[in-house]
Amino acid sequence: MIGLSEVYLLAGAVFAAFAALSAREAGNPKRWGNAAFWALLALSMLTGDRLGDFANGLLVLALVAIAGLGGLGRGAAQGSAAMREAEAARHGNRLFLLALVIPLVALIGTLGFKALPDLVDPKNVTLVSLALGVLIALAIGMAWLRAGPAEPLHEGRRLMDSVGWAAILPQMLASLGAVFALAGVGKVVGAVMTTVIPDGSRLAAVIAYGLGMALFTMVMGNAFAAFPVMAAAIGLPLLIGQYHGDPAVVAAIGMLAGFCGTLMTPMAANFNVVPAALLELKDRNAVVKAQIPTALPLLAVNIALIWFLAF
Amino acid sequence: MNYWVLTGIAVMIGGFMLRLNALVVVVLAALVTGLAAGLDPVAIVSAFGKAFNDTRYVSVVWIVLPVIGLMEARGLQERARALIAGMKGATLARLLTGYLLLRQVTSAMGLTSIAGHAQTVRPLLAPMAVAAAQPQDEAEAEQIKAMAAATDNVGLFFGEDIFIAIGSILLMKGFMEQNGIVLSPFELSVWAIPTAIAAFAIHGFRIWRMGSARK
Repeated sequence: MIGLSEVYLLAGAVFAAFAALSAREAGNPKRWGNAAFWALLALSMLTGDRLGDFANGLLVLALVAIAGLGGLGRGAAQGSAAMREAEAARHGNRLFLLALVIPLVALIGTLGFKALPDLVDPKNVTLVSLALGVLIALAIGMAWLRAGPAEPLHEGRRLMDSVGWAAILPQMLASLGAVFALAGVGKVVGAVMTTVIPDGSRLAAVIAYGLGMALFTMVMGNAFAAFPVMAAAIGLPLLIGQYHGDPAVVAAIGMLAGFCGTLMTPMAANFNVVPAALLELKDRNAVVKAQIPTALPLLAVNIALIWFLAF
Repeated sequence: MNYWVLTGIAVMIGGFMLRLNALVVVVLAALVTGLAAGLDPVAIVSAFGKAFNDTRYVSVVWIVLPVIGLMEARGLQERARALIAGMKGATLARLLTGYLLLRQVTSAMGLTSIAGHAQTVRPLLAPMAVAAAQPQDEAEAEQIKAMAAATDNVGLFFGEDIFIAIGSILLMKGFMEQNGIVLSPFELSVWAIPTAIAAFAIHGFRIWRMGSARK
């Protein structure tokens, strides 16, 4: 059965290639830092399950040490704007067809592999489809654009350099969430929240629930971490228990209030920090700033929706 | 109640405000939180290592970069710009509103990973948006690119919860069930529709204002 381990094998191979290409880049003064960083990530993808928890922890500390000491640099970009213009003119709109291969395979795979549970692990159809889409797009692209196998990897390494250490920030924050859960941070935050709501006010409880969901999501970077805390602290005992609100409305719209928090925090790195790096924006918080004017009114709408629809 | 475990949150906020390297801040926060909870350093490093290993799927998305890089080297961004520049009716507002709607509708059908910042925003949407808006300077171009990324996020977040088999719906169902309330995924997902409409209205309005501000 094809599942996560095969996807990790492919990811490990890609990161290993980035490491090898970085090491050979004479133009980058920090090439050994880059090479070590991507090699460690490749090691994690390829052998993580056999390393043991403590060794995995040391691997993380080594990654953080390289990034924290400024060990990552950017390699040279290849090709000029004029060359790309000429290529664009030569290939025309067929380039868009190639760009659609990954989404299309992801779409067909996500729907189709569900019918083949013996072939592909049903829990991971999306990741397997994404990996398959990448391989098919590479095969088509290399054949049609007459690219050798080294060119996509070189270009991928160039983009990876522009993202830099931010590439593992989402994974790091997810891991921090696990440590927070182990230490019982959620329970303490829930206890603090319940002490600030005045007794007997349904409106105050609704507002505290919606705001708390957004605020705690901003701290954790993830509405999934905030939902169990706020639902257990305010949603279940007060909104549903004491004021008899509709549980489906309280849960569903409460989660969406949390999503408004996701739009407003650099802690949600994969949505807010990584795109700023990918688009090479000077301000790492530019995406958060672009989202706050949407997130705040939408949070108010969500709180109002709970008030009107749940009771 | 051990309030000391909240010190990790203070470390996160302080670290971001001081603009320290975010990876270092995360590790410090984990260390401080673990120590406050009475764990020894080896246990904290092990817990973090286990969680890092269990969440590797988060970093798998980078395997798309060789494909995106190859297409970019062969002029994909230039072609995207040329296509928009050649269309008479292509305005910034129409482009971003259309993308927002498409992203919400496809996410509502569970197709969340057919688009994204690496797959569609960097190679296609951002250069198209810049070409449609024709910004005066670099700062304006940055704002337009940031808005393109924001539009992808808003479309994803406020579309995906309408789909019944998405992670957050299953999390809510599981949590409520543990507390003795049985809900079907469908009961939960229909209540995502009012917010989805509001998100389209609010973000669409902001896109329209951004578009009309530069005429």
